Amino acid sequence: MSLFEIAFYVVAICIIVFSVMAVTTSSILRSATYLLFVLLSTGGVYAILGYTFLSAVQLMVYAGGIIVLYVFSILLTRSSGTMKYRVGKGKMTSVLITTIVGMALVMFILTTNNFAHNIIPQGIELPVKQIGHALIGTEKYQFVLPFEVLSVLLLASMIGSIMIARRKR
Amino acid sequence: MDYTIFILALPLMSFLLLALAGMKMSHKMAGTIGTLSLGTVTALSYITAFKFFGAERIDGVLPTSTPWNFLWLPFTESLHIDMGIFLDPISVMMLVVISTVSLMVHIYSFGYMKGEKGFQRYYAFLSLFTFSMLGLVVATNIFQMYVFWELVGVSSYLLIGFYYTKPEAIAASKKAFIVTRFADLGFLIGILIYGYYMQTFTFTPSEEQLMKAGMVLPWALGLMFIGGAGKSAMFPLHIWLPDAMEGPTPVSALIHAATMVVAGVYLVARMFPLFIGFAPNTLHIVAYVGVFTAFYAASVACAQSDIKRVLAFSTISQIGFMMVALGVCTATNPHEGGLGYMASMFHLFTHAMFKALLFLGAGCVIHAVHSNEMSAMGGLRKYMPITHITFLIACLAISGIPPFSGFFSKDEILTACFSFSPVIGWMMTIIAGMTSFYMFRVYYGIFWGKTNENYEHHIPHESPIAMTLPLMILAGITVVAGFIPFGHFVSSNSEIYDIHLDTQVAVTSIIVAVLSICLATWMYARPTQPVADMLQKKFSCLHRAAYKRFYMDELWLFVTKKVIFRCISTPLAWFDRHVIDQFMNFMAWATNAAGETAQPIQSGKIQSYTMWFLGGIITLTVILLLH
Amino acid sequence: MEIEIHVIHYLIISTVMMFCGIYGFFTRKNLLALLISAELMLNATNINFAVFNRYLFPDQLEGHFFSLFGIAIAAAETAVAIAIIINVYRNINKVLTDDISELKN
Repeated sequence: MSLFEIAFYVVAICIIVFSVMAVTTSSILRSATYLLFVLLSTGGVYAILGYTFLSAVQLMVYAGGIIVLYVFSILLTRSSGTMKYRVGKGKMTSVLITTIVGMALVMFILTTNNFAHNIIPQGIELPVKQIGHALIGTEKYQFVLPFEVLSVLLLASMIGSIMIARRKR
Repeated sequence: MDYTIFILALPLMSFLLLALAGMKMSHKMAGTIGTLSLGTVTALSYITAFKFFGAERIDGVLPTSTPWNFLWLPFTESLHIDMGIFLDPISVMMLVVISTVSLMVHIYSFGYMKGEKGFQRYYAFLSLFTFSMLGLVVATNIFQMYVFWELVGVSSYLLIGFYYTKPEAIAASKKAFIVTRFADLGFLIGILIYGYYMQTFTFTPSEEQLMKAGMVLPWALGLMFIGGAGKSAMFPLHIWLPDAMEGPTPVSALIHAATMVVAGVYLVARMFPLFIGFAPNTLHIVAYVGVFTAFYAASVACAQSDIKRVLAFSTISQIGFMMVALGVCTATNPHEGGLGYMASMFHLFTHAMFKALLFLGAGCVIHAVHSNEMSAMGGLRKYMPITHITFLIACLAISGIPPFSGFFSKDEILTACFSFSPVIGWMMTIIAGMTSFYMFRVYYGIFWGKTNENYEHHIPHESPIAMTLPLMILAGITVVAGFIPFGHFVSSNSEIYDIHLDTQVAVTSIIVAVLSICLATWMYARPTQPVADMLQKKFSCLHRAAYKRFYMDELWLFVTKKVIFRCISTPLAWFDRHVIDQFMNFMAWATNAAGETAQPIQSGKIQSYTMWFLGGIITLTVILLLH
Repeated sequence: MEIEIHVIHYLIISTVMMFCGIYGFFTRKNLLALLISAELMLNATNINFAVFNRYLFPDQLEGHFFSLFGIAIAAAETAVAIAIIINVYRNINKVLTDDISELKN
């Protein structure tokens, strides 16, 4: 068992455990913390795949930015208390059935799909130079237009959230 | 003859001007605009007539022309609706008649309508009417004729209801419109049948189509005649015309005596070649309807006390004469059975003049005594000399006394009737006698007899010059019109026909007329009327029936209210209310119930929405997997 | 160096994460908790994009960039959503879905 495999299984167990806990814990602040762990582990998955740049972005944007936003808003809205609501029995059953049946279905499709037996080829890192070229280039398989559109979108959402959250007059 | 477009355009423009800007104008201004445009139209009509009738004949026939023709609505290669101007002997003759009478009425109305509220509106409607009537007579095809026919109906409706604050006027205008509209349904169906089988709307369909149509053409022409009968107040569709007298008297003179009511006669004359060639039996039905109407209206006229009603029934009767004259034709050659055509048109011409004169004279009288009833009149000859003389001339003309115009035209009609069938000839002679009787009854009732005591409070006076001038002009025309060689202008085959009096018929009709006048003089000329009163008492039943117009209005009301409303409309209403409405209600209820049922699903909870969404996805996936 | 991890393993962890998100989305009532569940789902899809890119077209970058842009859009979405939640909370003092029904009716 190689080091990569060990790392992968650790990360995979982390993701599964913390995902489940994030949606079942009764404290919202804990939920946010478990989410943080899930996001960190996801960054690990990207790194294992060789997408180190993506991994770094994941860590910075998600784990560094969004989680902080969550924590602040949780504290601002005084919803940090318990989340032990009564969920109706009927609703709970239907939710469980939907979720479990859906998951079983996807698993079934995945396992019966006969993926080629070989595996993710190598853990070679994707060079950042290539990413940079692809991000700024204007040719085929290059992404300057979505990049710019996204920047406008971010700007718009920034202005929008300031406008919405601003105290009225 | 390009200028003929102005004959239509000028009244239309004056209508638009007066209708849109009339309220801003003074009465004088509005009247002057209307009269000036009509004067121009009259001048143009006369020029057209001189040019047309003065033109060189080709093969003995006056050349017809179509100076204007727009393609308006094409359906197929040959079937299209045009708008245009068609000049032939009868349309040019009608142009002269309409513009003359209309001009007289325009001038007359200056005096008659002076100071009335809505003076400008009145002149605007007069212009509209003149425009539509001129458009009707110069129509190049049957559909244009129909369009203007309806326009004439509308303007008649507007003018009858001119005094729109008077309930009787409103009722009369509605009645006129509904009855004529009902008749026009027949006209429209006739036109559509005609257009379908002839593949054209023009008056001259191709021989081939005519042969193919066979038995359909008489039906189409018969249906068209129903429309004509409605407009021309033929029995039993005459009921609107007496009520139409609620309108201003000059309007009655123009529309309900001289021009619009003869549109039916004009229609039959326009379709005359087709009638004679392919539907002679339908034409004879026209004659029988005409005879009956003439007799019916004449007998009712003998018992009416309202002078305008008498004149209205007299109009109906005289139009009956024209219809009869057309109906008794058996050939297109005027020497062999086609005389009636010329006689009818001639009578149309002379009748328009002397009946307009009668109405305008009656208007003067009404203007003077402020009443329509004969009981409010009597002995007026001293107060209104001009009206008296002109009215007398018109009465003599309608009675058929030479040398006034009515004698000549009526004599031609009687000759035509005698040559068709002696029975009809004698009947028409008797009706002519009745005509002179009731006309002189009215004449004596107005101008002779006992001087009414009401005059002490209010002395009647002669009308202003604006009113008497048209009377004098029309009287002049009435005196001389009989000597016009009418057969040179209009005849059934368009060739020259010299009017020659049939001595036997002429002498008979003169004797009958003179006898009737003598009878009327004996009965009505004196201050008291013992004979008339005695007769009225003795035949009170008959008199009341005639006074009530032989209960025709009541019969119509019975038919519509009791028969049609109760037996057809009520079940239809029931069906509508209980089947159609209930079906619609059920649809509405079902929709509502479906909405109520579906409403809880629209909970507004995003979680349940996503749940349904995901459930759907899963179901679809399972289905696709199992497939 | 070869690594012997079958592609299904990656997909299984993303599936688990996805359905955890769905479960949370259905059961939670706090708006912020709902948003957390939505983040889980988004992350699962991002992982799938990256994995399939690596597995099928290792020389190309579409999936990689899709995840990259997905992260950015998630950030924008979170910012706007949190702004709305804060505004709602400020106006009616509530963050539970059952309580927010002013727009109904």
